Amino acid sequence: MTIKFNDIYINETATVTGPYESKGPLGKYFDLCHKDLYFGEKNWEQAEEKSIKEAIDIVLKKSKLTEKDIDVFIGGDLLNQIAPSNYAMSKYNQSFIGIYAACTTSTLGLILSAILIQGGFIKKAVTFTSSHNTAAEKQYRYPVEYGGPKRKTTTFTSTGAVAALVSNEQNTIKIESGTIGTVVDSLSKDVYNMGAAMAKAAADTISKHLNDTKRTIDYYDLILTGDLGIYGKKILKEYMSSEYNINLEKYNDTGVMLYDLKNQPVYAGASGPACAPLVTYSYIFDEMKKGKYKKVLLVATGALMNPTMVNHKLTIPSISHAISLEVIS
Amino acid sequence: MKKSYQEIVQKNYPKENVLTNAIIAFISGGIIGIIGQILIDGYSYWLDISTKEATVCMLVTLIFFSCLFTSLGFFDKWVNFCKCGLIIPITGFAHATMSAALEYRKEGLVTGIGMNMLKLSGAVIIFGVVSSFIFSLIRMVVGLL
Repeated sequence: MTIKFNDIYINETATVTGPYESKGPLGKYFDLCHKDLYFGEKNWEQAEEKSIKEAIDIVLKKSKLTEKDIDVFIGGDLLNQIAPSNYAMSKYNQSFIGIYAACTTSTLGLILSAILIQGGFIKKAVTFTSSHNTAAEKQYRYPVEYGGPKRKTTTFTSTGAVAALVSNEQNTIKIESGTIGTVVDSLSKDVYNMGAAMAKAAADTISKHLNDTKRTIDYYDLILTGDLGIYGKKILKEYMSSEYNINLEKYNDTGVMLYDLKNQPVYAGASGPACAPLVTYSYIFDEMKKGKYKKVLLVATGALMNPTMVNHKLTIPSISHAISLEVIS
Repeated sequence: MKKSYQEIVQKNYPKENVLTNAIIAFISGGIIGIIGQILIDGYSYWLDISTKEATVCMLVTLIFFSCLFTSLGFFDKWVNFCKCGLIIPITGFAHATMSAALEYRKEGLVTGIGMNMLKLSGAVIIFGVVSSFIFSLIRMVVGLL
């Protein structure tokens, strides 16, 4: 389902990252970079919580607002019970909607904010998301100090938190429309190849978005997928041309942009809810304001992986929500 | 002709360097074996103990250093490079146990370390005990014939 928005804008954004991201090619674009993975906290879970608070505080400071001016906060992360988001929100005595959509949380948050504002229910929303490499490794994979070999298709969960202020006050970046994705089962069972699990959901959402808006792929200056990584990106390109007869030419994946794939130990690239917005809110928005891209379709992808279900030998479903962003000059 | 999604996934799956990995594992695993043998010979020579006792001392030494190096934070890089060369010997078992213990230390001694330390290596203990039971049973039956 695609929803068209009239006057919804992303007014301000904030990006907080860990050490790996700041050493990557986009390091100079981020607002705050931490030197280690603890961020001065006792454990990684609290570090993630802290990064969310920092991202929200930066976005409020940039827009010269206080939390009282924000009608609703919408956000989520990757950990069980979206704990970092819930704990972070206990600092702000404001309405909060916690969402879980794995690595596509950012676009779902933007869509939900835009719906609430367009409907006239609220005026300002802050949507945030975060992920933390070692906290996610601990919950989903192996202990961090365990050095068992990883496959080439393994992705590296990005560390960072992002927040965006959405309102109907005119600004350069406009949320033009949003497509709410469906849960797609690609029949993949390989937890070390998340790109393969998610690429089908991205393809499904892109084709639905184009059908609903009656546009061709050329309408966009850039199609940006979430965190498919090197191999997921190849799969998506090939599947799009084979299944939908769409050639993805002006296309990139944030998973391969966030890190220096040759010199950083990140295997197939970046993943995690923070990956897509970290790249979009920093580098892509910068390029959009400079005029390189005018219309961008951000298709964040989330693998709805549950370790228990994987142990039950079930496949990994995935979902992808897309938003169309435009520059208003 | 349209390709199925899983066919495209298979086509784009990168090849792992099986041969290189096997050679690295063979050499590094061999080095661990040599170190073990030197330790056995050394212990039985210097401490004047039997080979059986020296073997136990050798195992304890390897376990100690695997745990120490894991705690110091660089052993995971070695394991990642040597792969099965360091995972199959007792060093791998010690590394897996120690890394889990380090990971869960912050969740408390009992609920953290106690309940999670064998998260990775527990399976090795269970199936080690089960398989040694089966093999000793076979050996006993064969011995009776």
